[in-house]
Amino acid sequence: MTATLHLPAVLRPSADGQGLVPVTATTVGGALDDLAHSWPQLERRLRDEQGVVRRHIRIYLGDRDIADLEGLATPLGEGAQLHIIPMVSGG
Amino acid sequence: MTETVLLIGTSKGVLVARSDQARQSWELEPLQLMMSTVYGLGIDRRRATPRLFAGATSEHWGPSLFHSDDLGRSWSEPEAAPVAFPASTGTALIRIWQVEPGLDSQPDLVYAGVEPHALFRSHDGGITFELVEGLYNHPHRPEWQPGGGGACLHTIVPHPTDPNRLLVALSAGGVYRTADGGASWEPANRGIQSYWMPEDQRFPEFGQCVHKVGTHPSQPDRLLAQNHFGVYRSEDYGNSWEAIENGLPANFGFPLLVHPHQPDTAYIFPLKADSERMPPDRRCRVYRTRDGGSSWEPLTVGLPQSGYHAIVLRDALCTDRGDPAGIYFGTRDGELYQSLDDGDSWQLVASHLPDVLSVRAAMVA
Repeated sequence: MTATLHLPAVLRPSADGQGLVPVTATTVGGALDDLAHSWPQLERRLRDEQGVVRRHIRIYLGDRDIADLEGLATPLGEGAQLHIIPMVSGG
Repeated sequence: MTETVLLIGTSKGVLVARSDQARQSWELEPLQLMMSTVYGLGIDRRRATPRLFAGATSEHWGPSLFHSDDLGRSWSEPEAAPVAFPASTGTALIRIWQVEPGLDSQPDLVYAGVEPHALFRSHDGGITFELVEGLYNHPHRPEWQPGGGGACLHTIVPHPTDPNRLLVALSAGGVYRTADGGASWEPANRGIQSYWMPEDQRFPEFGQCVHKVGTHPSQPDRLLAQNHFGVYRSEDYGNSWEAIENGLPANFGFPLLVHPHQPDTAYIFPLKADSERMPPDRRCRVYRTRDGGSSWEPLTVGLPQSGYHAIVLRDALCTDRGDPAGIYFGTRDGELYQSLDDGDSWQLVASHLPDVLSVRAAMVA
């Protein structure tokens, strides 16, 4: 399946300035694995080296937080739209 | 023309201040690595142009180690994570606390101390690192505890002449040393107190919360340590330690710096207590020893002497190793001071910065 990853502006330098990055995968975790091959620096902004999504990030599939679906095992359909959302947190 | 570079790690990114050899005025450049906490700064002086390091952690985007080969004008990182735990450990990097170059005879060797407790080693000048498994697999590891700042390996002291010997300090695990290049490690805490333990268990083999260790290349067997309550000296490379607190108003604190040209001179910044992490009497005072720690004197000229609440963290006291040596410290209320007369007097270099977590300086010809 081909999906599209939507990046917040702060991450776009890690993808040569692109805001939209195509990925090929059948799950959200697979999409991040694919990203690790094509844009490794970008992928490690999203997950730690053990594959855990960083604490202050949310990943949405369409308008649903994957934490409320099946997490990284959430299946992707053709043309899925994944959004990386930095949480409103910090000081 | 000589340039002096002052690296300032803060809770909001890294700042670079520049001056010339005289260091009478400073140009402060805009914040870089914005919105990251920078605890671990390093300078590799073994290169024609020193390589600068900044261990930066974004609360959103995680930790990384950046390097600069143009004296802090730009920063880079490799595509793959420069410091990462192997999958087999099940552990993930939280923060880089320390970056320390190896000896001149090992020009591409660079060490990194991290949280959670671990030591990494680079053989390519600090671009990529590997876990030092001898320490990671130490049988004491499950019993090491986090200090207030985290479970950090925050101090790395290469032996100045023996490339196989290295000393590290962890909070709260204490001092460990290797004599075989990192394959095996032994604790070196005899005489250092863990005051929070029951009275008859206050001198354990390990578990101390040593905050910083300093030494001078000309006297590798002498170590000075600022502990979580206690200032100590070892004359035998850590076989034993003795308290050295004559003249101090308090024995709690974080940083310790040995003067680069005077082996018997060192500096600390005492705080009242762990339950009152502020300077005694609310006076900003650096304390100096001129006799290897046997006695300490306050240094106050140019420093605020009333109503002062800020502290100096363990890596926020440094020297540029110049002649005369510049001594610098940064505070958690965003001020940066320098002394060009061994601490007799101090000048404010910058204020209104984000809280300062670390400082490093170098003079570059």
